[in-house]
Amino acid sequence: MGRLGYAFLYLCLGIIALFQVFPIVWLFLFSLKDNSEIFSGSPFALPTEFRWENYQKVWEGGIGVYFFNSVWITGLAIILTVLLASMATFAITRMNWKLNKFVLGLFMVGLMIPIHSALIPLFNMFLNVNLIDNPLSIVITYTAYNLPITMMILLGFYYTLPREIEEAAIIDGCSINRLFFRIILPMTAPVISTTVIINMIYNWNEFVFVNTFISSDEYKTLTVGIQNFIGQYMTDWGAIGATLIISIIPILLAFIFFSNKVVEGISSSAVKG
Amino acid sequence: MNKVMSNKLVIALYVLPALLLVGVLIFIPLILSGYYGLMEWDGIGAMKFIGLENYSNAIRDLKFWDSAWHSLLLAIFSTLSLVIYLAISMILASKIKGSDLLRKIYLIPMLLSSVAIAQLWIKVFNPTNGMLNSILMSLGVDSPPAWLAEPKFVLFAIFVPILWQYAGFYILIYYAALKNIPGSLIEAARIDGASAFQIAYKIKLPLIMGVVKVTIVLAIVGSLKYFDLIYVMTGGGPNGASEVMASYMYKLAFASNDFGYGSAIGFLLLVITLIVTVIIRKLTATKEEIQY
Repeated sequence: MGRLGYAFLYLCLGIIALFQVFPIVWLFLFSLKDNSEIFSGSPFALPTEFRWENYQKVWEGGIGVYFFNSVWITGLAIILTVLLASMATFAITRMNWKLNKFVLGLFMVGLMIPIHSALIPLFNMFLNVNLIDNPLSIVITYTAYNLPITMMILLGFYYTLPREIEEAAIIDGCSINRLFFRIILPMTAPVISTTVIINMIYNWNEFVFVNTFISSDEYKTLTVGIQNFIGQYMTDWGAIGATLIISIIPILLAFIFFSNKVVEGISSSAVKG
Repeated sequence: MNKVMSNKLVIALYVLPALLLVGVLIFIPLILSGYYGLMEWDGIGAMKFIGLENYSNAIRDLKFWDSAWHSLLLAIFSTLSLVIYLAISMILASKIKGSDLLRKIYLIPMLLSSVAIAQLWIKVFNPTNGMLNSILMSLGVDSPPAWLAEPKFVLFAIFVPILWQYAGFYILIYYAALKNIPGSLIEAARIDGASAFQIAYKIKLPLIMGVVKVTIVLAIVGSLKYFDLIYVMTGGGPNGASEVMASYMYKLAFASNDFGYGSAIGFLLLVITLIVTVIIRKLTATKEEIQY
């Protein structure tokens, strides 16, 4: 192919990159403007004055609470999911019992189901045990629904661990709990970091469970919180832009610092639709 | 060794917590959904058994079929868009400098929540001040449409952010598959005088067909489950023009308090998803995998 051909290909790829990024850049630009500037100026213009007060206004107006809820709910669910998934994967892949393939199959079926089909019965279950409008319902739901994908990512790594490690540890009189928590779990750190990233993205961005199970403002996470919030600020574009930027910043930062892990996690989550 | 590694009590302690969570919060609700579908129920009062009435109503419910049709349209759009993603991946996987960075840039929208994407694109499509219409007006278009308020445009408008969101994801998958093809094969074809297009179509495509099939299943099944983006962008409107199966179910249960009928629709969504998955798997199954 000639140089002209290559130039054309780069141009195409560049235009696609622009299409992928520009809406977010535009969002960031108008988050720093006020309405008169947004409505009269060009959408591509830099703000004449950077109005960071848009951010301060929405943070103090309630986004701070939602942000904090997203952080602790996401974090707690990640810890639970990764711990329980690691334990189950360890027992399924490393220990000897008859039903292990069958139980693994049960977990993997969980990858295929549409969550909306389970939503009404889940709502009713939580209503009956008084967990509606309680963040605990969100934490355990996130844990349950992310267990299959987390185990799927862990599986490959667990199958490749050498048997000798376990043999040596047990001959030395190591208990099984010690073997798992002190030897196996630290060895799986690279794959655990991948699952943490994937769980973080799923939990941080989840919407329908919180929207259905939580009604009080004090427990809402960012995705649902910004929905209400934007309803209030219907016409203030700067405030809406600032709210959206705050909600996507943590994931973008994670991507900037751990982009290879994110790529790895997203590719291995390809089975989940 | 074997005795320690087959301790039943330890196995139970390690597996049961995860298994119980998945059983109670995923499998039991799915079964209950089919069961609630047999009831007349407002979500609060007592349930009344009405047999298959909800299911037979669903079959005659034009709104349900409309929503199923919209889900199917999105599935078709999504499958067609795979061709574009595949073409981009082919270009990226040829000798392009910076393909690593480009793939990561393409992936960025995939990391955002559907709510943030929906809110952002509501602004892009805003009739008077949105990015799209600002550009159109500066190009001399007099009165560009209010995209999300027009029944004939709304599904296409919603599909743009979907295309935008998933591009990086599919490109990532195709790129990895293309990079797995041994370079010697491509080299041999080139020496035999095959053109770039012939190499792409006759050699690369057949070799990654397995991955392509997986992405077809993902695109179609994923489309049947769309909810968040549409719920936030249009709420299924205007006048049901962008209603999909999941949003119709949600509306029935949590806005109209018709939990029995909503459950029936939810259960049908599950059944349709499973049937479609099996059908596509069967249709795309090949007798033998290509060896190389």
